[in-house]
Amino acid sequence: MTYLAKPKLHSADAPRNALGYTRRDYEGAISTLCAGCGHDSISASIVQACFDLDIEPHKVAKLSGIGCSSKTPDYFLGNSHGFNSVHGRMPSVLTGAALANRNLLYLGVSGDGDSASIGIGQFAHAMRRGVNMTYIVENNGVYGLTKGQFSATADKGSKSKKGVINSDSPIDLASLALQLGATYVARSFSGDKEQLVPLIKGALRHGGPAFIDVISPCVTFNNHNGSTKSYDYVREHNAAVNRLDVILPKAQIEASYPPGSLRRVVQHDGSILHLRKVGVDYDPSDRIGAMNHLQERQALGEIVTGLLYVDSSGQDMHTHLNTVEKPLNQLGDAYLCPGSKALEALNATLR
Amino acid sequence: MKPTDISNPDYLHKVVDCQWACPAHTPVPEYIRQIAAGDFSTAYMINWNSNVFPGILGRVCDRPCEPACRRGRVDAEPVAICRLKRVAADFKDDIRDRLPRPPEKKNGKRIACIGGGPASLTVARDLAVQGYQVTVFDSGSSPGGMMRSQIPKFRLPDSVIDEECGYVEHLGVELRQNHWIGSLREVLASDWDAVFVGTGAPRGRDADLPGRNQAAAHIHVGIDWLANVAFGHVTAIGKRVIVLGGGNTAMDCCRSARRLGGEDVRVVVRSGFEEMKASPWEKEDALHEGIPIHNFLVQKAFTHDHGRLTGVLFEKVRAEYDDKGRRSLVPTGEPDVHMECDDVLIAIGQENAFPWIERDIGLEFDRWGLPVLDAQTLQSTLPRVFFGGDAALGPKNIITAVAQGHEAAISIDLFCRGLPLTQRPAPTMNLVSQKMGIHEWSYDNQVSEEARRKVPVKSIEEALKDIKSEFELGYDFKLACAETARCLNCDVATVFKPKLCIECDACVDICPTECITFTRNGEEDELRGRLKAPSHNTEQALYVAEGLKTARVMVKDENVCLHCGMCAERCPTGAWDMQKFQVNIAQAGAEA
Repeated sequence: MTYLAKPKLHSADAPRNALGYTRRDYEGAISTLCAGCGHDSISASIVQACFDLDIEPHKVAKLSGIGCSSKTPDYFLGNSHGFNSVHGRMPSVLTGAALANRNLLYLGVSGDGDSASIGIGQFAHAMRRGVNMTYIVENNGVYGLTKGQFSATADKGSKSKKGVINSDSPIDLASLALQLGATYVARSFSGDKEQLVPLIKGALRHGGPAFIDVISPCVTFNNHNGSTKSYDYVREHNAAVNRLDVILPKAQIEASYPPGSLRRVVQHDGSILHLRKVGVDYDPSDRIGAMNHLQERQALGEIVTGLLYVDSSGQDMHTHLNTVEKPLNQLGDAYLCPGSKALEALNATLR
Repeated sequence: MKPTDISNPDYLHKVVDCQWACPAHTPVPEYIRQIAAGDFSTAYMINWNSNVFPGILGRVCDRPCEPACRRGRVDAEPVAICRLKRVAADFKDDIRDRLPRPPEKKNGKRIACIGGGPASLTVARDLAVQGYQVTVFDSGSSPGGMMRSQIPKFRLPDSVIDEECGYVEHLGVELRQNHWIGSLREVLASDWDAVFVGTGAPRGRDADLPGRNQAAAHIHVGIDWLANVAFGHVTAIGKRVIVLGGGNTAMDCCRSARRLGGEDVRVVVRSGFEEMKASPWEKEDALHEGIPIHNFLVQKAFTHDHGRLTGVLFEKVRAEYDDKGRRSLVPTGEPDVHMECDDVLIAIGQENAFPWIERDIGLEFDRWGLPVLDAQTLQSTLPRVFFGGDAALGPKNIITAVAQGHEAAISIDLFCRGLPLTQRPAPTMNLVSQKMGIHEWSYDNQVSEEARRKVPVKSIEEALKDIKSEFELGYDFKLACAETARCLNCDVATVFKPKLCIECDACVDICPTECITFTRNGEEDELRGRLKAPSHNTEQALYVAEGLKTARVMVKDENVCLHCGMCAERCPTGAWDMQKFQVNIAQAGAEA
């Protein structure tokens, strides 16, 4: 951490996006996390993704629970809406907010403790309800705020900083998300922004429940030999299935790819996902195949990363519930209280 | 790209833009920190060691440091380096006991310095402390050369010149004032071990135009006129004055004229306003005193009424540029402009003149009348004669004269010791970590976002009343402190140790100017295109380090680094450290 605020000085030719903002305009307060925390890289990736997508900061709502990860929304998008909710309850608060106003872009930030332990039920139901959100789990495998006990995502057999071996089975949130109906599922690593930033961009433009499990080393309590979530371990065992480029509808496509190496997915909003093949033949539209691949590779001790599954035809909660398009706070009295005749008509249908 | 070798003193020296730009390589950030700490005497001595005349330069330096200042690349204006130097000089205590003591036992070598200006006095100082017996011959009644004769007193009071020339004399240098040297042959006939010529560029260029001779009584050559004003021979001028020329001498002329009774003083320049040779702040000061500057007018003739000057006739021109960007001034064809005036001051350039150097003694001159010199050693074709200052390579400025004085002193020292002049002592460097605690540094790493402080000046009415009254008041302590905070401490270098790096990206994420990138290596041009922030300033180096686990390289663009130390504060493994870089530029007597 640092005590000083970042100086505002920058060179005159700092890049600006279509809205005229610099990357710095998407930052928040100075981070108070430990120096070298992977979470800070994820915050920077979110900043980069929002900058690249020309997102208006006031059209974003960022919600979180409790924990190191859940502190991070303070460190990015300082001009967006924010809600730091109760431990593990981010998904329900976000679901409520999304129901009330579907015009905002919802970004839920959580950790392995917040989502895989106390909030696992909340996580599961947000996924199966199809809430239109980007759900990022900053996954370091330990409870950093309480000095590094194993969390529910810690791998069986991994060693704590004090030398204790974990005997419990791990929860794989990406596999759960696949099973529970998320229509955009990815895994990445905080130390690989080239992979992570496009995955966040694709998720923000997805239009359905998008889940990203980001392995984010805890430098203080989980970056030693024997840990399976250290910088070195993740780099050595990273098995990426693809590389993603997100292309906005208006953008000209300049990149050229060798034939057969590219899979193209058009999302609801017209954004295009270009998935470049890396090594294995992997089909990100095959949900069952994705789950199998995850299990197989996990058994070999590999960490599968990339865009694991995407279904651009999926529907979100608003479609399921047939909700009104306007944000509730913009509906007039007459619409909200249609009067006794309307009530009688409704009652009549129930008799 | 090859990994950067930061043990080469030049690499980190270039990062300290101000120090690198200073011809005498004054350690600017170091003395600014001393001012901030209230230790003005130490700040003064740091300056004195490098540039010999801190009080003088703090008022009238050409300040090449300021356009180079890093802050100018991230903020509206650079740090007021020059005026902070004056603060050190204004507020210091008596520093005489801090001056070096020349050895009691002299080395037996006798050196003659001809001319009593900044170059000569620098040579004298550097050699005196090494045990040389130095004698300075000067035609003026007091030392200082053009600093005394050509710079108006309202910019540089005599007391400052007296004090700082006095420090040189204090070292046992013999000053022979009112001593005009009429023949180099005679000087060489005496058994000097070496002779240094620092006689400046004493001749002002004249304008040989119709009417020049007829109206001569009211047409003056700028630098001669300024000298006459400086020594009190001239105390008045006509009400309407035209100053020809756009350099700093022209600015001194017009501002002096305003103080000697000139009411309608105007400057007329051939070039456009932007291309004028005068420093921007000197133009500003002239405009501030109500002196208009007329551009794109070329003097054609002096008009007169039977020998009484009536004005100057100008031709209107415009600038045209050819493919190579060379400018030519082309007449616009519009009618000529006539400006009436009572006096004209010609300030269109200075030339070297060596009427006292015989041409048959083996000292060669080039076709421009300048001595043929080795550009590095400043040795002439007569091995024991050395040149420096305006006399050496043409008119420049005081700080360049000082820098050349240091070089000439090294050459003379090597020459007198019988060593080859080309084996010059190299600079040495030191790097010391500034870390004091987890987030504590022994320098103030919080970056000030405040604007440059204006230097208080006298009111125009008061300033114009007395030509000897100093116009600028200088910073007071409070303003000085605020200005010191603007210094970015570029000499506190970011030093990266790849072996310790775990590639967590913390430094990349925190850097306020996005100057750090981890990427695969490549050729410089291509690599610059892949950095996180645009990297267009190719004059600023890339710091490249290899040896990372992922086989990538760390690339840091030095261009807009704020030296805030956030990369080092965020680094979990101490791979980044902030280390104070000190470069010791060799002076006479240093071992090669």
